[in-house]
Amino acid sequence: MKAALESPGRKLASFAIQFVFIILVLGTWTCVAEFRLVSPLALPTPSSVWRAFAALLSSGEYWPDLLTTVYEVIAALFAASLSGLLLGYAISRSRATMRIFEPLLSSLNSIPAVMFLPLLVLLFGLGVSSKIMMGALTGFFPVILNTIAGFADVDRIHLRAARSMGASGGQMFWRVLLPSALPVILTGLRMGAIVAVLSILGAEALGSYAGLGHRIVDSAESLAMPRMYAYIAMAILLSASVNLALNWVERRAGGG
Amino acid sequence: MTADGLTEPDPLVRVSRVTHAFGAPGSRWRVDAIRETSLDVKRGELMCFIGPSGCGKSTLLNIIGGMVEPASGDVSVDGRPVRGPMPAKIAFVFQENALFPWYTILDNIVVGLEFQGVPKQERHGRARMALEAVGLPEFAGYFPSQLSGGMRQRAALARALSLGTDILLMDEPFAALDEQTRMVLGEDLSQLLHRAAKTILFVTHSLGEAVFLADRVAVFSARPGKVMAILDVDEPHPRAPDFVKSEKFGRLRNQLYDLLRDEIRKTMAQTAA
Repeated sequence: MKAALESPGRKLASFAIQFVFIILVLGTWTCVAEFRLVSPLALPTPSSVWRAFAALLSSGEYWPDLLTTVYEVIAALFAASLSGLLLGYAISRSRATMRIFEPLLSSLNSIPAVMFLPLLVLLFGLGVSSKIMMGALTGFFPVILNTIAGFADVDRIHLRAARSMGASGGQMFWRVLLPSALPVILTGLRMGAIVAVLSILGAEALGSYAGLGHRIVDSAESLAMPRMYAYIAMAILLSASVNLALNWVERRAGGG
Repeated sequence: MTADGLTEPDPLVRVSRVTHAFGAPGSRWRVDAIRETSLDVKRGELMCFIGPSGCGKSTLLNIIGGMVEPASGDVSVDGRPVRGPMPAKIAFVFQENALFPWYTILDNIVVGLEFQGVPKQERHGRARMALEAVGLPEFAGYFPSQLSGGMRQRAALARALSLGTDILLMDEPFAALDEQTRMVLGEDLSQLLHRAAKTILFVTHSLGEAVFLADRVAVFSARPGKVMAILDVDEPHPRAPDFVKSEKFGRLRNQLYDLLRDEIRKTMAQTAA
């Protein structure tokens, strides 16, 4: 709502600290790898990983898997968001439904999603469908819980003010309910996206034909460790991009 | 001092034996807010409601504005019974936070006009005029969180004024502000309303504010609330700032004090029990 009152000095300082931290991590990694403190099978040198990563990028062999994972993420997010937003809004409309469903959803949310993977594979096979279902299932809960919270916590005085001025139901939704709930809903979407990405990568690792997660496991099994790390780096980049993109949306919509 | 308000030939607002309670009927928590209250509000007057906390004055205001349906009794505005909000006739100013934080103060007013059903091309012009009337035209693009409390309430007042209603219901609009700001806004309000010629119901806890602003002050008893007395101020609008120093002001304020002191003690005993 208000611009962060950070002086340029403060921003520079936190930036510097983050930079130094990364350097330290890389430095430690290099030392540990070069001096063989850990088996090179488990931890190759940063340079070999970098070389593998560069080779991956130039050969372009990562494309089909990257696209598979991205496709699964998008499909899962679409399903999770649509159902989460619509159902969340519906549940938020009455105290009775909230009292019934909110604790139910919270409890379901705490079940580790990985337990459902074998069932999903059984139902949907090892292809993209089971991964999409996995992502949709895990991404659904943060979205619906935050949507319920967002719509239920609208300040009653805003509703009263709008009502006193003659707002129709539609105007009440678009001009009061949605703008009020939006920051919380967007946070839910962002959290949903992150867990969806993570569970999709995990599902790919546990059993699939394609995708970044699949390649990670595949590389490990072939003992191509630098390539495995290169794919891990790519998976990290994917998660980070999703997070950054949604963070940006959240900030833009949260203004004012 | 007139005893009751039911002598007006053509009141703008008539409250007739209104009773209201909170809590489910028969439950332990049922609380009578107001009991058999009757009141007439004259056209063009500014009437203040004053009384101890919980005496039902805000409840009565909401009932008059059609936001709450009374348990029994009738309210009519301009001869017509009140059945729900009347956005064309009645506008509210609430205590605080009623402005939408996601809109600028200009857009807050524009959206209010949209709710009321004003055609799109008129909205911006009327919104700007309303902001000028309260002295905030340069802040049109600001969000409520960027403004001081006094400015926010002025913006809320602008929103209510822009709706062009005959009646303004104001529920302790200055309660969250410091005393100096209250005094200044009170003076501004008196000037503004004299020009705009509206009928206003103004709920307050402040004795001084009631005497300064009102043509008549309706004094409420402790819960269950009832209009105990109506004080006639009989001083022309707009009120000069010096009015607060006059002997008449002091006398009226003392009358209010005498009326209210026992009721306040009663209220404190109620809540302590």
